[in-house]
Amino acid sequence: MPKTKEEDEFRVETWISLPSKGSAGNTGLWRTFRPVINHDKCTRCEICILYCPEPCITIDTEDPSHKKGKIIIDYDFCKGCGICANECPQKCIAMVKETEFVKEDE
Amino acid sequence: MVTTKEILSSPEPILPGHAACAGCSSSLGLRYALKALGENVIMTIPACCTSVWQGPYPKSAITVPVLNIAFAAAASSASGVSAALEAKGKTDTTVLAWAGDGGSVDIGLATISGAAERNDNMIYVTYSNESYSNTGVQKSGATPPGARTTTTPFGRIGSPKNIALIMWTHHLPYVATACTSYPRDFIGKLRKAQQMKGFKFIYLLAPCAVGWRFPAEKTIEVGKLAVETGAHILWEAVDGDIELSPLSKKYRDPAKRKPLEEYLKYQGRYKGISKELVEAYQKYIDYQWSIITSLADIKK
Ligand SMILES: Cc1ncc(C[n+]2csc(CCOP(=O)(O)OP(=O)(O)O)c2C)c(N)n1
Ligand code: SF4
Ligand code: SF4
Repeated sequence: MPKTKEEDEFRVETWISLPSKGSAGNTGLWRTFRPVINHDKCTRCEICILYCPEPCITIDTEDPSHKKGKIIIDYDFCKGCGICANECPQKCIAMVKETEFVKEDE
Repeated sequence: MVTTKEILSSPEPILPGHAACAGCSSSLGLRYALKALGENVIMTIPACCTSVWQGPYPKSAITVPVLNIAFAAAASSASGVSAALEAKGKTDTTVLAWAGDGGSVDIGLATISGAAERNDNMIYVTYSNESYSNTGVQKSGATPPGARTTTTPFGRIGSPKNIALIMWTHHLPYVATACTSYPRDFIGKLRKAQQMKGFKFIYLLAPCAVGWRFPAEKTIEVGKLAVETGAHILWEAVDGDIELSPLSKKYRDPAKRKPLEEYLKYQGRYKGISKELVEAYQKYIDYQWSIITSLADIKK
């Protein structure tokens, strides 16, 4: 609420957007190829996290499978750009056609 | 230089599920910028891809306050924000104007020049996809020689404006160029700029898969090739003194540069472009190197 007459005079009403995940919806639906990590080969260097433009890759440091944790991709939002697969020094991310997973579900 | 570990240890300033194209380096660039500058930032964004990809009302992918503003007005609105902060005695907030190349090099040029001449306190980043991408990839004043856009179907004729050098002629505390493929270099430059008062300018090359017509997964690779072929020169000027950045230093020697062809071969915008135009691009690059290295020899 404006306090003074002057403040009232300069008051502007406008719309304010608030920070939110999925501001454009579940962008994972855009994906035609899905990045799939081979966790046995992954060294947890986090290069993929550095370059993901979404960003939708994180590391779960609590995961017991490895002393450094486990790299997790959020498929709700990953658009399948393939940057992570291209930049991974171990070449341990495969880009797999989404249709493969449809078959799998059936 | 900051370490990758340090970059990744800060909270994510961009939230996933935004409207940027797959592989968009402008969202990557802003992610790095806000990681560099921290949470106490107010942004102004004119009409450009970023104004779209942040998401439609009432949601936004950007976690700091943003003033979405008219196409030419990124710098002038940031001047207003910065003046208001000063009047309120809030000196620890960073004002970041974030605009596309069209909004900076062409339509916003007068307002950037005015804000720079007044030395208004802000960091102005031009993220350059070298075209008006958001409206369908038209030629901008930053489009390189020979590049095909929807308004230059046979390749861009003539030379782009070097906005970083235009800003350098304004006697600014800090001017630099960067590329989204080198986050550590970019973040280092932003942090340096943040410590200074006045108008700081950074030209950030942001390869655009859609506009330049390369596969999205090549985004980082293409940006690196821009530097390795010498097409994009990384430099900075503190108080006017130009210096090549470590990543570009060795490419001062043309023999160390990769052939321009390596950079262009991924890009559909150069497919079938005449030999003459590609040669014009090479000539332009060599001339830019002469200018930058000559200016680097001048010390205040
Ligand atoms: C005065 C005015 N003219 C034209 C437009 C339409 N318009 C919106 S964004 C845009 C292109 C922006 O290009 P650029 O600044 O290079 O940013 P990019 O889209 O490439 O990120 C245009 C032409 C507008 N919003 N306002
Ligand atoms: S880039 Fe590759 S090796 Fe490194 S953390 Fe990611 S998946 Fe693992
Ligand atoms: S494919 Fe792209 S969006 Fe998906 S996790 Fe990899 S880098 Fe991120």
